[in-house]
Amino acid sequence: MSEKTVEIDVENERGETQEQDETRDGAGGNETTREEVAVETRNLNVWYGEDRAIRDINMKVPEKKVTALIGPSGCGKSTFLRCINRMNDQIDGARVEGEVLFHGKNVYDDDVDPVALRRRIGMVFQKPNPFPKSIRDNVAYGLKIQGKTDSLDERVETALRQAALWDEVSDQLDGSGLDLSGGQQQRLCIARAIAPDPEVILMDEPASALDPVATSKIEDLIDDLSRDYTVVIVTHNMQQAARISDKTAVFLTGGELVEFGDTEKIFENPESQKVEDYITGKFG
Amino acid sequence: MSSETDDLFGGGDLSKERLKGRAFLAFCFAASVFGVFALALLLLDVFSQAATGVFVRDIDVVRFLTNSASRFPDQAGFYAAIVGSAWLMVLTVILSFFIGVGTAVYLEEFAPDNRWKRLVEANLANLAGVPSVVYGLLVLAAVVNLGNPLTGGRVGPILLAGAIALALLIMPIIIVSAQEALRAVPEGVRRGSYATGATNWQTVRNVVLPAAIPGILTGTILALARAIGETAPLIMVGALLTARRAPDGPFDSFGAMPTMIYYWADRPEIDFQYLAAIGIVVLLLILLAMNATAVYLRNKYETEYQ
Ligand SMILES: Nc1ncnc2c1ncn2[C@@H]1O[C@H](COP(=O)(O)OP(=O)(O)OP(=O)(O)O)[C@@H](O)[C@H]1O
Ligand SMILES: [Mg+2]
Repeated sequence: MSEKTVEIDVENERGETQEQDETRDGAGGNETTREEVAVETRNLNVWYGEDRAIRDINMKVPEKKVTALIGPSGCGKSTFLRCINRMNDQIDGARVEGEVLFHGKNVYDDDVDPVALRRRIGMVFQKPNPFPKSIRDNVAYGLKIQGKTDSLDERVETALRQAALWDEVSDQLDGSGLDLSGGQQQRLCIARAIAPDPEVILMDEPASALDPVATSKIEDLIDDLSRDYTVVIVTHNMQQAARISDKTAVFLTGGELVEFGDTEKIFENPESQKVEDYITGKFG
Repeated sequence: MSSETDDLFGGGDLSKERLKGRAFLAFCFAASVFGVFALALLLLDVFSQAATGVFVRDIDVVRFLTNSASRFPDQAGFYAAIVGSAWLMVLTVILSFFIGVGTAVYLEEFAPDNRWKRLVEANLANLAGVPSVVYGLLVLAAVVNLGNPLTGGRVGPILLAGAIALALLIMPIIIVSAQEALRAVPEGVRRGSYATGATNWQTVRNVVLPAAIPGILTGTILALARAIGETAPLIMVGALLTARRAPDGPFDSFGAMPTMIYYWADRPEIDFQYLAAIGIVVLLLILLAMNATAVYLRNKYETEYQ
């Protein structure tokens, strides 16, 4: 996105963080800057039974940036997203091959506890799924189960403010989360995801069920979040991807990552004809 | 009138089909009216008998509720039987609730979906259909006739044995209704919990169970309502037909409302028939209160997901 400056040559504080000098998969020819990588996948494949949902995905998700995943329905965007926080573990018959490196550590190693991983990589789902609890308890949920119970009320307020929901619900924190509108519920789920302060936030079409006003609120919010968090977002909305993301990954049918690079480049001057066709609406 | 529009008037086959439809509707309606009618007759009979007992034969309701079984109809009362039944319900719910809900949670939330799980579930359905007298027989053999190391004799027909029989009887009902309540919690809610970094146990404990508990309680109360009227298993384990005094505790001998009613109804003296009728009315009122509580719980705490 144009108004965001690319961080150039940030010092590597963490030894385990790798650097990215160029994007792997075609694309990104003019990419010469060095960014810190939050998540990297290497030859990532996922099977559901006999069917391969994504193939050989190699991708480096930059830290504290917004990375958009776009592509036609069924191309494996959600599947890819679920690999990062190992939510695929919950699905019967799903099998993951390859590596997902989080700060250089393969999250599929035997010694990685998926619960601990999910405490550092939060997730927001396509369909808002608040718990049948009060608004306060919804937001405090992650904090409580992770044992971060000091100054709970302040953390709840901070998360609700970050999710741009505080003003609407500050006087009804004890009301049920289920009584909110769809857009408010989705922002509540975002507040729930960011309250325990994860490093990465995965969002699977968070605005697909929302009206334009709620959508633009969520887009603003994502923009704000990218200052502190790494955001990976799946969207069907091309304009949305162009508006909010720094990097864009285009998946096409068959589960392949066709092009990955700076959002501007992907939308203005894609390498692949297929991507251009998809973006301009000729295909998919 | 042209012949092309003739079939628009619905003669021939169409009117025959309509007739069949109406006949079937009439049959279904009659069937449902028959059920309601039979129930109404039954209630009318019981209530008129009870009313005759109270207003014509001057049976004192207060005395009926405070006295216990007696050889003399004008002295006999329901008190010990009511206390016996209350004890039974408390023990039954303690014995069946935790095991039943635990089983349901395991089957729904943890058990891998394999042949064993399906076998267990199929057998639960079968168990729910086993005649209640069989549970009485089982407890008679497995508990009542067991040697008691303290006294050297056998365990005997104690209250706890009756409660075990009733608990076994309603366990399948509790399990199945708890499973349904758990299944009604949307999958997305569970995923939301896992994605927030919760373990299996935290998810079940903090999100799934609280959401399912109104449904589980409703199912449990309805199951208890079934248990409170059961007579056969109690007679099988050797409950006293005449409850002369309230039981002291789980290891005391006991009588209950249905056995007391059974005994009275079986007596030749007409006055005992009236006592039986009043006893039935009391039992019905308690049942009604339990069902009303279940409905209230369901309506009040049911969560509506969009
Ligand atoms: N739980 C599952 N079991 C079996 N197959 C699945 C499962 N989830 C996804 N798939 C298959 O994997 C492929 C990729 O699905 P995925 O949901 O990742 O696509 P998507 O890009 O997110 O699509 P959409 O844009 O419609 O959400 C599809 O062919 C789908 O049928
Ligand atoms: Mg999807």
